[in-house]
Amino acid sequence: MKRKYANIMKFSVLFVGAFVMLYPLLWMISSAFKPTEIIFREVSIIPTEVTLENFMEGWQGISGVSFTTFFSNSFIIVGLCIVGNVITCSMAAYAFARLNFSLKTLLFALMLGSIMLPYHVLLIPQYLIFNYLGWVDTFLPLFIPKFLATDAFFIFLMVQFVRGIPRELDNAARIDGCGPVQIFSRIIFPLMLPAIVTTAIFTFIWTWNDFFSQYIYLSNPNLWTVSLALRGFLDAMGESQWGAMFAMSLLSIVPIFIFFIAFQKLLIEGIATTGIK
Amino acid sequence: MKKLWEKNKYALLFLSPWLIGIIFLGLIPMFASLYLSFTNYNMFEAPTWTGLGNYIEMFTLDGRFWQSLKVTLIYVFVGVPLQLAMAFTIALILNRGVFGLSAFRAVYYIPSLIGPSVAIAILWRQVFGMEGMVNDVLSLFGIDGQSWVSDPSTALYTLIILLIWQFGSPMVIFLAGLKQIPMEMYEAASIDGANKFDQIIRITLPMITPIIFFNLVMQIIGAFQAFTPAFIVGGESGGPLDSTLFYTLYLYIKAFTEFQMGYASALAWILLIIIAVFTSLLFLSARKWVHYES
Repeated sequence: MKRKYANIMKFSVLFVGAFVMLYPLLWMISSAFKPTEIIFREVSIIPTEVTLENFMEGWQGISGVSFTTFFSNSFIIVGLCIVGNVITCSMAAYAFARLNFSLKTLLFALMLGSIMLPYHVLLIPQYLIFNYLGWVDTFLPLFIPKFLATDAFFIFLMVQFVRGIPRELDNAARIDGCGPVQIFSRIIFPLMLPAIVTTAIFTFIWTWNDFFSQYIYLSNPNLWTVSLALRGFLDAMGESQWGAMFAMSLLSIVPIFIFFIAFQKLLIEGIATTGIK
Repeated sequence: MKKLWEKNKYALLFLSPWLIGIIFLGLIPMFASLYLSFTNYNMFEAPTWTGLGNYIEMFTLDGRFWQSLKVTLIYVFVGVPLQLAMAFTIALILNRGVFGLSAFRAVYYIPSLIGPSVAIAILWRQVFGMEGMVNDVLSLFGIDGQSWVSDPSTALYTLIILLIWQFGSPMVIFLAGLKQIPMEMYEAASIDGANKFDQIIRITLPMITPIIFFNLVMQIIGAFQAFTPAFIVGGESGGPLDSTLFYTLYLYIKAFTEFQMGYASALAWILLIIIAVFTSLLFLSARKWVHYES
């Protein structure tokens, strides 16, 4: 009896907590669907009148560029970053986990050290390099680094994973006449799938949420991502178009929600075992 | 020579993207930024050597530098402990099993996923604005609110609340750690007459210290580098009255609106040193309070 009472207590505390946590999001959803005239007047989050006008108005975007472009730009950048990270980080991880080479300890330490380094230390010279190459106001500075395995965290994650794959598999393949290239492409890479999926998911979320580097490198509205467009919206409209701004903010987090629902189990296991957020 | 090539050719093949990256986007920029930190450089003329000039100016003349440091330290050392306390408490409640566990875990985790985005920063600005959600709720109790984001004494705390709101990811890590504590320890303790509270203090807390340590290190490093919430909520300049002038925001302003690239590089190196000092202090203190099973 006492146990039952305690369980009900626990459930209620968690329920109230969850409600408080989600309340700002519910408020955003409700404001996005309210007609502009009543947003300020109506305190309740259950709208008395529902409209889609905020979405239509917001989707028109800013400076004559619509959110169709902004979403496409975000998806293009995210897609390229995922491909880059998956290919180059897995290659580097294979080398560190399985191959013997000169200076291995030193290079491995360098890789680990680069995880700890705050991005700001590299920021300015990287900007100068990309500026020199004429890459400012293109997508190149945003995804080329991913094709050079600069997200060392994922290399580390994959190294840990490859170390757990039995070496007998490599040996069996070697006896069958496979070299390192085939061992990687036919054995290790397919077996690394869980680590690759984790990498892809987090690359998606981080790149989608990213604002700082996109803001520095992209100024032409035709190249803006969703993050930049939202900031531009805020800048241009101030707080006069709440409804439209909420509608677009809401749409901007929908892809993350979809990803979260699709990969929930993998994601939570991924954080629990690796400690990324 | 040929032998060296034979030994390394495959590693070179697999590592070449990473090697190019670490050299051209890692090591060279790092030394370049160290060099620039000793110069005046505005991107249009060649850098001129000033020795320790930037650093001296920063520490002796630059009030905004101290302000940004103060704001950031409050954000990190008030926000992160509260965030972790929240994460730990909820993980404890969830750990012993409750109806709807996976739903609760998902709901509590969601803010961590979307929290760093521009959308949420914009939302926050409105939630704590004059006609925002917080004041809507307060008005139900007959309290007249104010604009929390435009009052210099409260603006930073709205950002700290945003940080605490994202307690889901350390919570998930705590949950995984709590599962590792063997049930037998609790059983033995309860046979010896220890109550629930004693068990938390004497078993759970010591056993979970490695996870607390890990979460502390990760969250502190992350919080020092936060940018987007301050940029959006503080109206791109750290306002009101520099009360949300995060360190990284100040660095951005110096580099990309004032084009003082040398000064901004010096700021970046000081940030690196600050993070390194706090991280090593944590590692040193770990010997005293982190319990590792031998």
